[in-house]
Amino acid sequence: MMNLQIKTAPAGHIKEARFSPYENNGGTVLAVAGKDYCVVAGDTRMSEGYSILSRDVAKLYQLNNTSILASSGMHADMVTLRKSLDYKIEQYRHRHHKEMMTPAIAQMLSNTLYFKRFFPYYTFNVLAGLDENGAGVVYGYDAIGSFESIPYCVTGTGSSLITSVLDNQVAFKTQMKNKAELSFDEVVDLVKDCMTAAGERDIFTGDSVDIAVITKDGIKYEKFALKKD
Amino acid sequence: MFRNIYDTDVTTFSPAGRLHQVEYAMEAVKQGSAAVGVASKEYVVIASLKRSSGDLASYQQKVFQLDKHVGMASSGLISDARLLGQWMRNECMNHRFVYNSGIITQRLVTKVADKCQALTIKDTWRPYGVGLLVAGYDETGAHLFQTEPSGIYLEFKAHAIGARAQSAKTYLEKHFATFDDLSFDDLIRHALEALKAASPNKLTSRNVTLGFVGKDKEFTIIEGDDVRPYVFQVTQADDEDENEEDKKKDIFKRPEEQKN
Repeated sequence: MMNLQIKTAPAGHIKEARFSPYENNGGTVLAVAGKDYCVVAGDTRMSEGYSILSRDVAKLYQLNNTSILASSGMHADMVTLRKSLDYKIEQYRHRHHKEMMTPAIAQMLSNTLYFKRFFPYYTFNVLAGLDENGAGVVYGYDAIGSFESIPYCVTGTGSSLITSVLDNQVAFKTQMKNKAELSFDEVVDLVKDCMTAAGERDIFTGDSVDIAVITKDGIKYEKFALKKD
Repeated sequence: MFRNIYDTDVTTFSPAGRLHQVEYAMEAVKQGSAAVGVASKEYVVIASLKRSSGDLASYQQKVFQLDKHVGMASSGLISDARLLGQWMRNECMNHRFVYNSGIITQRLVTKVADKCQALTIKDTWRPYGVGLLVAGYDETGAHLFQTEPSGIYLEFKAHAIGARAQSAKTYLEKHFATFDDLSFDDLIRHALEALKAASPNKLTSRNVTLGFVGKDKEFTIIEGDDVRPYVFQVTQADDEDENEEDKKKDIFKRPEEQKN
């Protein structure tokens, strides 16, 4: 007779340890496309669980003179994705003797993300830049590369707090009146107000905000403070 | 150099201890159009003559940017140069990906030299038929290296390779002692003077490519109209085309820029 030793845990004390390769480091990023400019913003708080790891980590990354990649999600994957894109953009520069334009980077980013379809980059990306005609363009992505060109995009822990505001104030959705094209200064002010609002209620958003403005003359940066609580 | 029974394979030594195939590969370098390099403590300038197969053709590209801080000029089989250049760019990018900094010039040159050497041992592949002048600026300073099909590489203060390189080297030997502390503009002038010595025709903006890198300069390639002021300094020809016919030869300019 076989003597099978079966180990059972005492009832009610079942435990399973599991390693998760992912961690959400929190934060919110957004981008708004204008007629001949793009405004990109991202907070600078990096969290792990309920703790803050750093108050000054950039979520915006300049890929070249006309494009910025803004991401929220897991910082380690963000960094590696950026390095991977840098490599490919440089390769493009050598082979094609010209800078990669934002729509081309958009497709390449999608392919790069889908390449890891079965162990994705935990990054929620927003790519902002200028299209071939010099108009502002914003692309929103999911973790595995589904993307589209949209007038504005918000991702991250505060995205649901901000998206509705932009729907109402930038796209004037489901409004019959009050529609007016926003000026550049109005967009920047609105972006600052939105990040401030998200910082109020979302615990993972705060400390400060990086704002970048992309125009045909280059990219300018600004930083403004958010609450540190 | 004449044919003998020991030159069929790269893998056969001659009784005199020579690998003739490798030496023939070095002949290919000597037949290529000239390239000159000069280095000071802070800058490296490389200049090359562009050759074209005729009036209807454009000129071959001989100067390549490999990374922000490294570039090269080639002489010999330009297709081999192109492949090596692509491989070197890849090595530079890989280094940057892993170490987040630029590869030091000497390390890159060693890698290429090792690649060249590997083909002097194979029996089914031929050696690369191209010599490179690699110019780079890193934390150890400004460096100019030469690589050969044999896999040997050497560092130089100033050097020339390709056709009539000896004339350029004669010029450089006279002046190299002053190079260390020269200004950037003077360095360019010496590079072009040396190139002029190696050139059978007049230097013009259409047949000169300039590349440089240094303390506050990323590797930059200058050619076409942009190189005209530098060439003028050395040739003193304010209209580098001798006659109207030559002006019309700028067939690669857009129609409205062609002079009638």
